[in-house]
This record gives sequence, structure tokens and C-alpha cells, in this order.
Amino acid sequence: MENKEVYDEISSIKNIMERSTRFISLSGLSGVMAGIYALIGSWLAYNIIPEFLKPYVFIPDDKPGKELFNKSNVNYLFIILLIAAAVLLLSIGTGIWLTSRKAHRNRQSVWNQSSRALLSSGLIPLLTGGCFIIILLWQHYYMVIAPACLIFYGLALVAASQYTYGDVKWLGLLDVILGLLALMMPAYGLLLWALGFGVLHILYGTIMYYKYDRENNAD
Amino acid sequence: MKITLTDFDKAFENRIRLQIMSVLVANESYDFNSLKDLLAVTDGNLASHLKALEKEEYISVTKSFLGRKPNTRYVASAKGITAFKKHLYALENLIKQQKG
Repeated sequence: MENKEVYDEISSIKNIMERSTRFISLSGLSGVMAGIYALIGSWLAYNIIPEFLKPYVFIPDDKPGKELFNKSNVNYLFIILLIAAAVLLLSIGTGIWLTSRKAHRNRQSVWNQSSRALLSSGLIPLLTGGCFIIILLWQHYYMVIAPACLIFYGLALVAASQYTYGDVKWLGLLDVILGLLALMMPAYGLLLWALGFGVLHILYGTIMYYKYDRENNAD
Repeated sequence: MKITLTDFDKAFENRIRLQIMSVLVANESYDFNSLKDLLAVTDGNLASHLKALEKEEYISVTKSFLGRKPNTRYVASAKGITAFKKHLYALENLIKQQKG
């Protein structure tokens, strides 16, 4: 057997193994969009709270000053939650739309063995995180919410990176680190949240777009 | 160390069969239609290659229904995985040898 034939054979084996296990229609652009939504959401959340109340948003009920926050007529917490939910839904929706579009262009199916594995591996940390955050809200431990978002999401990305582009693992790890930092510095919770979900996603999405999305088709 | 030609498995001489085996080694199982999409072959072509691998007892098949749709899944057998690994080692060793 010719040397070149052997190389071809081995690389075709590796190639087909990767293609059969990894979902490569994930759109880098959806990462950028999610980042933009997150930045807008953070900006809105930050500015919706009147200046004099800002220091008291993320402290628990038993700390001094919280009565001031709780006595205000508008339920700022509820508004922040709405913004967060909107960011989440928009990001998911855009992600699904752009990914389906990319899969269609590559003549691949969106729902296949690898995408199913991707979802099931990522959903466990994600759902756990969701429940964790809901319980935190219920128990008024607001300071841990931003860190929890970042950490559980980061872990979900690390788990899911096995079934899609491996690069996603590093974004996940960075988000985990930012989450731990947010835990150490509660005052910077919102800032680090904006960094992890906003800036990093725009950065990563752009890198992935240039690395993977463009080679197939000019957008 | 001399690599004999018998280390290369005849069953994997065909590129499609080698690819099928690769997929089944990398995944716990894989269904017929997913294989077809992945390898971009026709129904009949794929079926004949799968039959050949089945004959060698390198893979096993499970037929079931997903609702009303028939679902045929393939799994690599221990014999098949061993044969595949042996073939892979033979390929890698050939490169090492030729590198001198």
C-alpha cells in the first residue's frame, strides 16, 4: 500500500469518527447575537434601578439598607428577572434559527444523533443550574445568582463540547472562572455576568464564525 | 518488526466498510438512516456493505419501531472492534515503518 493511501485511510477514519459524533452545524453567529442580547440586558438591568438603590440590589434581606429596596413601589427584582428571561429566550430562539439555517445549507439534519447527545449532555448542568437559581431566588440569596448562572452555564458548555466544536470547552471554562470571581466579589456580579455572557460570547462567536461558518458559504 | 499483509483485514478493504466500522466504534450504536446521511450512499449500497460486515460478525443489528417508523440500529461487536483496532494498528505501523 502506498504511503499516501495509508495516510488517506487513517485520516478518513478520524474524519468520519468526528463527523459521526460531533454536531458541527452550531452557528458561531448565534453566539455573537446572544452576547449582544446579554449586553443590552445587563445595561437595561443596571439602568432601570435608580441610582440611590444600586448598592442594595444584590444584598440579602437581613443586611441594612435592604428595607429601602424592598419598600420601593416598583418590584425591581421582578423587572430584572423579566429582562433575564427575555435575554435567555431571545438567545435560544436566535440560536435555533441560525443553527437550523446553517444545517440546511450544509445539507445536514438539525435533529440527529449528535445534536441529541449535545442537548442531553448540556441539559443536565443547565437544568440543575436553573433549579439552583430558582431556589436561591426563593430564599433571597441574591448575591449567588450571577455566579450560579455563570458556573452552571460554563459546566454545561464543557459537558456539551464533547458533541460539538471542542472550542466551546474553553468558553465554558472561562465562564466558570468568571462565576467563581463573581462569587468572591459580589459587588461586581452584574459586571462579570455581562463579561461572561456578553463580551466573551461576542468574542467566541466571532472566532467560531471565521473559523467554521465562513468556509462553507459567504453569509 | 515486520508487518505481514494478513494484519490488514480484508473486510475493511472497501472504504465504505471501513467507514461504517469507524462510526460504530466511535458511537455506542448508529441507525441505518443516520449512516446513510453520513456516508452519502444509497440504501442498497449501504445495505450490502452492512450485510457483509454482519456476515463477518463484526456488527449486530437490532430492528425496532419508533412509533410507526421502523428503526434499524447497528452496534459493533467485540469481534468487530478488535478486528478494527488490529487493522488500525497495522496502518499506523506501516507509516512508522516507512518513515524509516
